[in-house]
Amino acid sequence: MTSPRVGVVTFPGSLDDRDALRAVRLMGARAVPLWHRDTDLDGVDAVILPGGFSYGDYLRAGAIARFAPVMRAVWDHADRGAPVLGICNGFQILCEAGLLPGALVRNRRVSFVCRWVNVRVESSATLFTSELSPGTVLDVPVKHGEGQYVGDRDTLRALGEEGRVVFRYCSARGELGEAWNPNGSADHIAGVCSERGNVVGLMPHPEHAVDPDVGPAGGRALFESLLASLLARV
Amino acid sequence: MSRYRFEVVVMLKPGLADPQGKTVEDALPTMGWAGVGGVRVGRHVELTVDAATEDEARARVEEIADRLLSNPVIEEHRILRPEEVG
Repeated sequence: MTSPRVGVVTFPGSLDDRDALRAVRLMGARAVPLWHRDTDLDGVDAVILPGGFSYGDYLRAGAIARFAPVMRAVWDHADRGAPVLGICNGFQILCEAGLLPGALVRNRRVSFVCRWVNVRVESSATLFTSELSPGTVLDVPVKHGEGQYVGDRDTLRALGEEGRVVFRYCSARGELGEAWNPNGSADHIAGVCSERGNVVGLMPHPEHAVDPDVGPAGGRALFESLLASLLARV
Repeated sequence: MSRYRFEVVVMLKPGLADPQGKTVEDALPTMGWAGVGGVRVGRHVELTVDAATEDEARARVEEIADRLLSNPVIEEHRILRPEEVG
């Protein structure tokens, strides 16, 4: 059996594409580098939009990247129900593109945050959390200036009712509270998914937390879940 | 064909917290300015459009402002009256 192929898109200004490719390889999938000018996804089974500052984050984070040629292919891929993961800037791009609801705005306390946080898994009904039980607490880092998740009241209510909040910032024991919310996100939201659960975006960086030799490995389970989801589809 | 110079002002929607505006506002009293409030920080974009009429130029700017310059989830924009520049 051939291992699944997972693409990682590099935009001008992407920073975490290499770590994402490495995380994919560590988990036993084949990592496929993709370029923002590509018009197809080279037949990959899943695609990751990595963190960074695409196009300098000019105008708004992700605002220019959403019009990159590759995004049409990403849209079609998502439309077919195939897995798409947006990490940090990738999450911002997916929101700008309308593939995920809401938006990411400047952190409530304005300053850039760069530290380890805990997030609680809220849903295992996505292709990236299928191997995780709700309530599981993960150790992952955040590093962003514009990570405050916002949405209008109807959007937030719908996300809650439809179980589409995938991760919430929390304490090490899984409690919710402003003390553990690094950016002022509404309802402590760290990640959300599309209606079908195949598109997931989150501000923390699972790809930086996959190697126990260099720190907590709270991100592994996302890549393991993706691999399991892809193998189950074959 | 004429050339029009537009200005587009993009602001966060009124209900949304504006941390930049608040930071500026909080700095004012420490610098000796009292009685100033309601500070909001936005974005100002200028662009030149070639079109047959002002209406046509404005329609194009509206579309650009809706689709690229602002994100309707969090922002609103207004287009200032253009100046004909050629």
